[in-house]
Amino acid sequence: MAKHATPLLDQLESGPWPSFVSDLKQEAASRAKNEKNVEFQVPQDCVEDLLGVLELSYKHGVTHWKHGGIVGVFGYGGGVIGRYCDQPETFPGVAHFHTMRINQPGAKYYTTEFLKKLCDLWEFRGSGVTNMHGSTGDIIFIGTSTPQLEEIFYELTHNFNQDLGGSGSNLRTPSDCIGSSRCEYSCYDTQAICYALTQEYQDELHRPAFPYKFKFKFDGCPNCCVASIARADISFVGTWKDDIKIDQEAVAGYVGGEFAPNGGAHSGRDWGKFDIDKEVCDLCPTKCMKYEGGKLLINNKECTRCMHCINVMPRALHIGDDRGCSMLVGAKAPILDGAQMGSLLVPFIKVEEPYDEIKEVIEAIWDWWMEEGKNRERLGELIKRQGFQKLLEMTNIKPVPQHVQEPRHNPYIFWKEDEVGGWDRDINEFREKHQR
Amino acid sequence: MAFISSGYNPDKPMENRITDIGPQKYDKFYPPVIAKNKGKWLYHEIIKPGVLVHVAESGDECYTVRVGGARLMTVTHIREICEIADKHCDGHLRFTTRNNIEFMVDSKDKVEPLIQDLESRKFEGGSYKFPVGGTGAGVTNIIHTQGWIHCHTPATDASGPVKATMDVLFDDFKDHRLPAQLRVSLACCLNMCGAVHCSDIAILGYHRKPPLLDHEYLDKMCEIPLAIAACPTAAIKPAKVKFGEAELKSVAVNNDRCMFCGNCYTMCPSMPLADQEGDGIVIMVGGKVSNRISTPKFSKVVVAFIPNEPPRWESTTACIKKIVEAYSAGANKYERVGDWAERIGWERFFDKTELEFTHHLIDDFRDPAYYTWRQSTQFKF
Repeated sequence: MAKHATPLLDQLESGPWPSFVSDLKQEAASRAKNEKNVEFQVPQDCVEDLLGVLELSYKHGVTHWKHGGIVGVFGYGGGVIGRYCDQPETFPGVAHFHTMRINQPGAKYYTTEFLKKLCDLWEFRGSGVTNMHGSTGDIIFIGTSTPQLEEIFYELTHNFNQDLGGSGSNLRTPSDCIGSSRCEYSCYDTQAICYALTQEYQDELHRPAFPYKFKFKFDGCPNCCVASIARADISFVGTWKDDIKIDQEAVAGYVGGEFAPNGGAHSGRDWGKFDIDKEVCDLCPTKCMKYEGGKLLINNKECTRCMHCINVMPRALHIGDDRGCSMLVGAKAPILDGAQMGSLLVPFIKVEEPYDEIKEVIEAIWDWWMEEGKNRERLGELIKRQGFQKLLEMTNIKPVPQHVQEPRHNPYIFWKEDEVGGWDRDINEFREKHQR
Repeated sequence: MAFISSGYNPDKPMENRITDIGPQKYDKFYPPVIAKNKGKWLYHEIIKPGVLVHVAESGDECYTVRVGGARLMTVTHIREICEIADKHCDGHLRFTTRNNIEFMVDSKDKVEPLIQDLESRKFEGGSYKFPVGGTGAGVTNIIHTQGWIHCHTPATDASGPVKATMDVLFDDFKDHRLPAQLRVSLACCLNMCGAVHCSDIAILGYHRKPPLLDHEYLDKMCEIPLAIAACPTAAIKPAKVKFGEAELKSVAVNNDRCMFCGNCYTMCPSMPLADQEGDGIVIMVGGKVSNRISTPKFSKVVVAFIPNEPPRWESTTACIKKIVEAYSAGANKYERVGDWAERIGWERFFDKTELEFTHHLIDDFRDPAYYTWRQSTQFKF
């Protein structure tokens, strides 16, 4: 018999999609039974109470979690988010129910050995409820008490060789796409640089010293599977400079219907016979390709590497060999000043260990933002406030047409004094030629 | 429930302390076929919805079976995932950015037994534990935030509306009939931990009433200047209020200026916004992050408000279904929702989806607003 009746939540158990309610119930039952005689360090019935408080929110139409609370582990300013229930008498099992963020491994590959160990730890010292994964990328442990925080941290660092992730005004846990580990489109090793920079900037990740949050995300190609361009203060999007490689035989295979276009992504409907002109050449945003005499020709100089043709014919077309990434800066969700997409800062940079050139750009940006950024001002907002030209100046990057969609609409140019031969002039000299 | 020490000594927190070690190194977790062929993949193919094969220069193949999952999952569920991976995949698996789980095997004959095992597992309530799908020109898993399960600022739940929506879109999770991939995302408030602002369809929790003011505690709980500075529209000013005999330092809110973002509440717990009648859902459409064909786009607000309807959010899911069907019927092959809407024109988008256009949908927030109005005589009747 469940501790709290949950008639509203019960309605989310039906339907085909995996039900989180059913899952929470099975966890509650497993804790109640405790077949392995775990000496639970947080209340055994906390998952029952979690269901209970969620049911109450379904009834009231509002949350029952209180605002924050400062908890953490010694010497870190992030990685733990304090959480308290506003109905602690009714739901004592979740009265203190803090979140811990655990820095996920690159591309979220796991061995079951590691995952099972994590499960044992979290069942023993926490609620057993997780997010796999949080939006930023971390493994999220949902629900433990204050005294368990140091214990969990100690076990993670001593027995798991595993650290916490970021929260608060610091470098948030960087994340990456699957990259070259299993994707033929990837223009660089996303896991390698994501790991290297995460290690390099551990201090910035754990000890909040920034005006606000700061995110790195690594996309291997312009398809942007981790959405870096929409949500990272610096997004690293893989690209290449030389020619798309063409296998004309495979092109013929697509034209002849031997291979399904787009790797079979459109198999659920009869779209008719594959038409290379209509489906590839005409959809190319720069119209830089044509199919003539049984051959596909690409004017690579005009290509903007949108990925469409490669996506449609992955067997026939491959990314070039002169690979690197574009760095875009300042993306963020709407709070505070409206949403911003990343703006192109570095059109092309090699992504090679030890990543010194990339670090130079990162650190120049941080120096500027930490000096000039206001409390809770994201990089994108600082760029809007002080101007893209200022960003170029602070990062010592030469302006190029690639930086803009189009030139400015107004001539209100803030000329600097040294650009116009000085501003000091003599009025008397002026009057010698111009009467009052 | 006796306290069991890990070895940590609270009297000497620095003793044997290990810090700043970062995550586990990624390559420790690669399945052998991945470790061997990294950087040498030739091409991939989606054999059927949810099943991919990647072919390497070496001739090796990696078969991936993708399954959906609630991102909220318990250790019991994760252990079951591990049991499956132990049985079929030599103890390896991965998760995708969109909270799918991927089981990888190195030969074709291992694929069908794996799929059968996955599809045979159901929760007691009847839902699938591991539905196979989420690839190609269909709907994949919804990325989302915490909602009422664990957050202090949400204007809607997250896991509940996601479950309800995925139940409605389930057939498209398992099919490739749409013109292109369709990404649905949910964020339970404007903070957008889920960054839904570039999704084909975004479900956004939204407050509509200005903050309550808990004058009695406000000055004790909050740094008043920080609360004032947090407001993007400068709607908050310092105020002295009478409370019984005492005069307390507090704040006043210019309600007409409030855009209900909740930033003040983030800085000051004495200014809660949540309200059963005020809170609900905004539907946004037409965003994308990919650079494919057209450049990345923001999602646009097409429904200003739908009330919260726990537990199944029927109006929200019906609205989403309507948009998906109109898109499916009208868009060209490879065309994302936003590309379709731009090609036919937004006036036509509202015809096709039968959504009502209201004054709320015309931008009135700062400079970008002007660029969304029509500066042309080119429009459709």
